Amino acid sequence: MQTVKIVVTGPFNAGKTQFIRTVSEIDVVSTERKLTADTERQVKESTTVAMDFGRITIDENLVLYLFGTPGQRRFDFMWEILSEGMLGFIVMVDSTRPETFHEARSILEAFKSFAPTPYVVAANKQDLEDAWDVEDLRIALRLGPNVKVVPCIATDKESVKRVLLELLYSIIEYLDEMESTEQQQSRR
Amino acid sequence: MALKGNLRTFSIVQLLNLIHLARKSGLLRIQGPKGQQAELYFQQGKLAYASLSHRPNNLLDILYQAKRLSGTQYRALKQRAAQYSDRELGLMLVNAGYFTPIEILNTLKAAYRDVVRTLFTWREGEFIFDSHAPPPKGKIFVRMGLENLIIEGSRHLREWERLEEEIPSLKVAMKFVDQPRTNLQNLNLSPEEWRVLSYVNPHNSLEKIARALKLSDMEIRRIVYGLLQAGLVELVRPENEPLPEIKLAFSDRPKEERLSLLNKIIDRIRRL
Ligand SMILES: Nc1nc2c(ncn2[C@@H]2O[C@H](COP(=O)(O)OP(=O)(O)OP(=O)(O)O)[C@@H](O)[C@H]2O)c(=O)[nH]1
Ligand SMILES: [Mg+2]
Repeated sequence: MQTVKIVVTGPFNAGKTQFIRTVSEIDVVSTERKLTADTERQVKESTTVAMDFGRITIDENLVLYLFGTPGQRRFDFMWEILSEGMLGFIVMVDSTRPETFHEARSILEAFKSFAPTPYVVAANKQDLEDAWDVEDLRIALRLGPNVKVVPCIATDKESVKRVLLELLYSIIEYLDEMESTEQQQSRR
Repeated sequence: MALKGNLRTFSIVQLLNLIHLARKSGLLRIQGPKGQQAELYFQQGKLAYASLSHRPNNLLDILYQAKRLSGTQYRALKQRAAQYSDRELGLMLVNAGYFTPIEILNTLKAAYRDVVRTLFTWREGEFIFDSHAPPPKGKIFVRMGLENLIIEGSRHLREWERLEEEIPSLKVAMKFVDQPRTNLQNLNLSPEEWRVLSYVNPHNSLEKIARALKLSDMEIRRIVYGLLQAGLVELVRPENEPLPEIKLAFSDRPKEERLSLLNKIIDRIRRL
């Protein structure tokens, strides 16, 4: 049996657990805990402290795992371990909370620095009235024109599927690009 | 769609950057300190109009405060022009030979620039940008590029934490963006900023540039921040630095096999 994983990361409360829950065939093994810090509790009651863990069986020989990172920075040390052996990663952003955009960007930079792999940004909570537009997010997060920013509603299965598919398409494009650079290099 | 937030966490410089790069049109309202309010109108990413609730913002007052009218002229006009909009008054003043259109526009530009400068001092304030709002009625619009305001605003940034958040590592390098929306020729850069700009190259880490120009960590960050926000450069991994490889899924397999695995996953997800 082979396994692969996709990492779902992003700031506190972005919707990572929800995203995984929506497509996982097992109940998400979540390590949630009631929040104690007052400021965070104003936003939500419980947070993921270790990681979320969801599964999609591809066929009898292959299983895809979805790992959600904890949203709070004090768990950063886990990121690198989590990334080992991943296919790619998804950065979830709560499109209604610009105060978290800085953080989303710095998480993204951290992942990029040790994982030379494709990623997509999921502009989550697009069902809410205050959600920022995808193109505005692109600028706020300082993403280049080639980075995919996919509108997302983590509670909606079709929407989550689309984000996953966009990531997979990017991985295929990336493989093609790598191959053509390798060919160019060997020709020299 | 809405564009809402608070300056505490999304600064006025970042907002101007967004409006500039996305060439937005619309009305930006900011609820500032002590009940003050700012209203700015943009057309295609350029500033058209700006006002502060606690400052007179009609044309006559602006001209008077800019010392373009004497006290006597001001009082006389004030009586006669009470019912005119700024546009009507402007036209009247031009027709009467008081001013050329350029003089009026330049005076307004200076006043609008002052409004934005005031906003640079606001540390917090709820803002909302409405791209469907009608333009402010009866006002005279200018066309002011935002790049210089953005650079100027970045110079105000003194908070170390904010800068460190923006540019966490000095090991990164810069490159010019492929299709800049900003024309270098129109930019009012300081000598220091020009010098940094001349070092922009994927081979030069910010660390290296700072050392070469004898800039402190804070100074280099602030300058780079301004260049970034003005949409001139982007941060890249230094070219001579190897990727710290972590092993990725299937990376040891031949490409055909990787593709076939990926396609299997894609098929399965489509059918979910
Ligand atoms: N309206 C709306 N609410 C969402 C969406 N996605 C998540 N939420 C809600 O947002 C809140 C946070 O979602 P979580 O999935 O717990 O977020 P998280 O990223 O796992 O949070 P941490 O683990 O604490 O960092 C929950 O109340 C979700 O129900 C969405 O697409 N739309
Ligand atoms: Mg969670």
